[in-house]
Amino acid sequence: MSTIPRVERDSPPAVAAIPEFCNAAGPGVSLLDEARDLVAHEHLLRSLVLRDLTVRYKRSVLGVLWTMLNPLLLMLVLTIVFSAFFRFAIQHFEVYFLSEYLPWIFFSQTTVTSMASMAWNGPLMKRVRIPKSIFAVAITLSGIANLVISCIPLAIIMLIKGAPFSRAVIFLPVSFLILGAFTLGVSLTLSSLSVYFADIKETYQVAVVGLMYLTPIFYPMSIVPGKYLWIVRLNPLVHLLQIIRDPIYYGRLPTSLDVMISSLWAFAALISGWVVFRRLSAGFYAQL
Amino acid sequence: MRGEPDHALNQASPRSQWRDSSSVKAIEFDGVTVRFPVTRIPFVKEWFVRRLRGTAKVDTFAALTDISLTVESGECLGLIGFNGAGKSTLLRVAAGVITPSSGRAVVRGAVAPLIELGTGFDHELSGRENIFFNGALLGRSQRTMSTRVDEIVDFSGLGQFIDLPLRTYSTGMVARLAFSIATAVDAAVILLDEILAVGDATFRERCEERIRSFRESGCTILLVAHDLASIEKLCDRVVLLEEGRIVALGKPADVIRAYGERSGSPELRHDRSLSPGIPH
Repeated sequence: MSTIPRVERDSPPAVAAIPEFCNAAGPGVSLLDEARDLVAHEHLLRSLVLRDLTVRYKRSVLGVLWTMLNPLLLMLVLTIVFSAFFRFAIQHFEVYFLSEYLPWIFFSQTTVTSMASMAWNGPLMKRVRIPKSIFAVAITLSGIANLVISCIPLAIIMLIKGAPFSRAVIFLPVSFLILGAFTLGVSLTLSSLSVYFADIKETYQVAVVGLMYLTPIFYPMSIVPGKYLWIVRLNPLVHLLQIIRDPIYYGRLPTSLDVMISSLWAFAALISGWVVFRRLSAGFYAQL
Repeated sequence: MRGEPDHALNQASPRSQWRDSSSVKAIEFDGVTVRFPVTRIPFVKEWFVRRLRGTAKVDTFAALTDISLTVESGECLGLIGFNGAGKSTLLRVAAGVITPSSGRAVVRGAVAPLIELGTGFDHELSGRENIFFNGALLGRSQRTMSTRVDEIVDFSGLGQFIDLPLRTYSTGMVARLAFSIATAVDAAVILLDEILAVGDATFRERCEERIRSFRESGCTILLVAHDLASIEKLCDRVVLLEEGRIVALGKPADVIRAYGERSGSPELRHDRSLSPGIPH
């Protein structure tokens, strides 16, 4: 009686082996599901990171060398500016400065780009089901890759300037991991909000410059007046960057207090990022 | 199939409908409602101000209202209706890009969503590079795609253009490439949104050919098209949507006729459900 011209076969194809996907109304995607989804889209994640790294360099003649040249040129300018005018009397000022400035660039670029990426990839999210956190994750990963690449010119500068290397640098992967986690959390928060609110990006871009000046990247902590010190210490970046500067510049392992505070900030950022993302991601479609 | 109101033209929301059949259901919509915000609050500052005043709630409209529908494995189901009836929204709920405001959609099997072709393309990359990137987007590995590249290039008919950047392609060429990629990945459920409208006559013929071969291999197809002739040729059943509700469901010829009547006489639109006089 069926009017459906059915194809004769013993069992339905492919269906049995493949897990079903349920798209249901609810409070939002669970962390486990999102993580699973990210793993399932590992190929996409890899291509996004690779594309991010290659497109950045593809159209410039010097390619990846730019990542190396950038800090070198910057160092030149800043060394002139800061050692000539400020005279902080910091030994190996370039190393002191770059050891925090390079991770700072990673943080600020990643967080700003993560917001733009939601707009760029909006059309994609509206047509193909992909874990929506994949863009923040991809940008953080390619940022980390860039940060690691930019450590090479820093090492060259240290060699030229005769700054000492310490075995403490073996702690750096841990520092990068903590900073990466913090950055991912902030990126998730900001990129989710930026889908809804157009002024988030502009506001943040101004704020991030302010934040840089509030972080002792190019000045020593010692010039901060004692009564304001506690304000500076509230800035998470102070601790997150300190655990990177310690091994590189001071040649010592970071203090356990700094590591602890940094980890707590990273944890808090991840939690807030996840909460905001989970709350907002179902509405991305209508907003993008 | 006995007892299932499959071929009856029926009003929306027979909730029990999808539980009755014993055959495998590839897609189940269960009371799916999708609401979209009408207004946007584009600025944080404005949101805070409204929040304080208690006017932060935005109005919504329902793009889909309580849709319950089952698509069985191996079936080709067509979606027709006027612009804004909710056809594409329903397709996107199945694709998983729109989360329902209430209800749920269950899809069994790997999905190939062909919704607005070529959206995942990077116009600086070559056609070949885009094949791999698009494959990744659909969750396919580099290795899987490399076994398909030749087939895709062949089907797209792009020839040596495949190694040129996408920005040198015409719209039709991009569409051909997109269709070739999307249909080359193994999928059990295929979602097609108005893809028969692109490309020239030859390509369109090949599209229809391919859709037919999908059906023969047992794929489930959900097809949105305005071209009623193709719908009638390709589909087993057709759903007529209007203002986010199912107003008719049944054999292609019947539903298409009902659609024609509705577009011809607007007074039929609202309060007259289709009488059950249409034969099974």
